[in-house]
Amino acid sequence: MLATMTTETQSSNAPRATPLQAMRVAASAGPAIVSPTRITLEKINAFYDQKQALFDVNLEIPDNSVTAFIGASGCGKSTLLRCLNRMNDTIPGARVEGAIRMDGTDINAPEIDAVQVRTRIGMVFQKPNPFPMSIYDNIAYGPRAHKIHESKAELDEIVEKSLRRAALWDEVKDRLNKSGLGLSGGQQQRLVIARTLAVSPAVILMDEPCSALDPIATAHIEALIDQLREHTCIVIVTHSMAQAARVSQRTAFFHMGKLIESGPTDQIFTMPKLEQTQDYITGRFG
Amino acid sequence: MKQLSPATRARYFRRQLVDRLMGGLCIFAAGVGLLLLALILWMLFSNGLAGLSLEVFTKPMSQPGSGGGLANAIVGSLLQVGVGAMIGAPLGMMVGVYLSEVGKESRFASVVRFVNDILLSAPSVLIGLFVYQIAVLPFGGFSGFAGSIALALIAMPIVARTTEDILRLVPQAYRDGAVALGSRENEVVRKVVLPAAFGGILTGVLLAVARIAGETAPLLFTSLGNDVWSLDMTQPMASLPMAIVRYSNTPYPEWVSLAWTGAMLITVGVLVLNILSRFSYAAVAGKQGG
Repeated sequence: MLATMTTETQSSNAPRATPLQAMRVAASAGPAIVSPTRITLEKINAFYDQKQALFDVNLEIPDNSVTAFIGASGCGKSTLLRCLNRMNDTIPGARVEGAIRMDGTDINAPEIDAVQVRTRIGMVFQKPNPFPMSIYDNIAYGPRAHKIHESKAELDEIVEKSLRRAALWDEVKDRLNKSGLGLSGGQQQRLVIARTLAVSPAVILMDEPCSALDPIATAHIEALIDQLREHTCIVIVTHSMAQAARVSQRTAFFHMGKLIESGPTDQIFTMPKLEQTQDYITGRFG
Repeated sequence: MKQLSPATRARYFRRQLVDRLMGGLCIFAAGVGLLLLALILWMLFSNGLAGLSLEVFTKPMSQPGSGGGLANAIVGSLLQVGVGAMIGAPLGMMVGVYLSEVGKESRFASVVRFVNDILLSAPSVLIGLFVYQIAVLPFGGFSGFAGSIALALIAMPIVARTTEDILRLVPQAYRDGAVALGSRENEVVRKVVLPAAFGGILTGVLLAVARIAGETAPLLFTSLGNDVWSLDMTQPMASLPMAIVRYSNTPYPEWVSLAWTGAMLITVGVLVLNILSRFSYAAVAGKQGG
C-alpha cells in the first residue's frame, strides 16, 4: 500500500498517511507481531557530507515492544537511531533522505518541528548525562520546558510518577534536592530514563544504554526496559548480543550501512535467514 | 630481583638522573617565581602600611602637609571599575556564548575569535587613546564614563575568552540531553549550558575585574584623574592607579607614602577578588558535583 517514495528532508510533499493506514501496515506485518507499527522507515539514505552512512533502509518498528539494532561499529545503527528523533539535524553536514513515518506522519515534513518530534520520541544516551542540577530539577526539566504541568503539585506528581516508572523513586525520594551527579552510574542512567519519561514520549530511543554500566546496573536497566515497553515503543542500539536476545522482541542486523536482516528476535538468533547474520551473531566477525 | 646487565643498569641510572634533574629544575623555577612575588609583596606592605590610616579612606586627596587621603581615588576606582565591568562583562559573555554555542567553527566566528585575541593583547595605552578619540574629544573633555568605557574594552575580550573556554568544557552530553528532550537552542544554552558553567564564568569576570582594577594607561587619556572629591561620571575622575602615578613622582614624602598605600590597596583588592573567585567556583562546583 504505502507507495515507496523517496523524499528530501527539506522538500517533502508526501501525502500524510492516516493512523488507519498505519494500522493496516501493522496488520500486514506478519503473525509474529501483535502490536501495531509505530514507525515506518522507507528507503532511508543518510549522509555525513559526502560520506553515505545508510543505504536504502526499509523497516517497520512495532509499538509496545523492544526493537534491537545490532551490528559492528560503524555499521550505521546509531546513525539510524539518531535519524528517528532528528538528532542528526544538530550535526553540520548531516543529511537524511527517505521517509520516516511515525503513526503515519513524516517526521521530516517541512511543517513538522524537530522539537515536536523530540518530545514524542525521547532518547537515552550511551553515557548517563544527568544535568548538573538537582534530581528533582532534572526530571522537571522537560515538563517545565514544555509547560506540561499547571501547578507545582502537578509537577511534583509528574516527578514522582516518572521516578517510580524508572524504578528509582525509593532510592532517591529523600534526596530529591541533591545533585543528580551524586548518584551511581546505574542510578544516573535510570534518572535520565525518568527524565525522558516525564514528557511522556511514545517512543524511547536508547543508544547503548548499558555500555558504561556494571552487570548489576545493567540488569536493573534491562528489567526496566521490559516494563516500559508496556506503554512505549523502544528502540535500542546494543553491542551485546546477549542483551539484544534478552530485552528485544524484534532485531535488525546492520552491516556497512545496510539493513541485512530483520525479524523477530527468536528467529534472528536461532535461525537467521542469511549466513552473514549467522556469522555476526555467533561471533565470527564484528 | 633479576641481575641486570651493565648496559641496562647504565640506562636505568641515566633515566633516573634525568628524571631527578628535570624535577629539580621545575621546583627551582617555581621557587624563583614565588620568591619574586614574596619580594614584591614585602616591599609593598613594608612601604604601604606606613601610610595607612583612617584618613586614607575618609579624606580626599589634598596638598602635601594638609593631611589628605585617597578617598576620592578609592571611590573613583570603584565607580569606574564597576561601570566598566557592568558594560564589559555582559558583552564579553555574549561574545563567548556566540563563539562556543552558535558560531562554533564558522568563518565569521573564526574572525571574531581572531579579533578578540588581538584585542586581548592590544596595549592598554592604545585602548586609552582610542577611547580618547571616541568618548573624550567628541564630548569636550575627560570623564569617568570615558574611563569606564576604556576599562570595559579591556575586560570584554578577557571575559569573552574565558566564557568560551569554560563553555567548551561543558560536556556535549548535556547539550545532546537537552536537545533530545525537545529544547530549542536558546533554551539549551540558558537552562543547561550556562548554569553548568556559571562558576567558571563568574571566575572569569572576577579575574577581569581584578585586571582592570590595576590598569593605569587607559585612564590616562580618558578619566585623567581628579584631585578633588567628585562622583560626577561626566567629569574627570580620580582613580587609585592615577593617584599612584601622580603621587609617586613627587618630592613630598607624604605623597610618596600615600602612593605606596594606594598600590597596597589595589593589590589587596585584587587578592581578595582572586580568593573570592576561588570560593565562587568551589561553591558552584560543590553544589553541582556529587
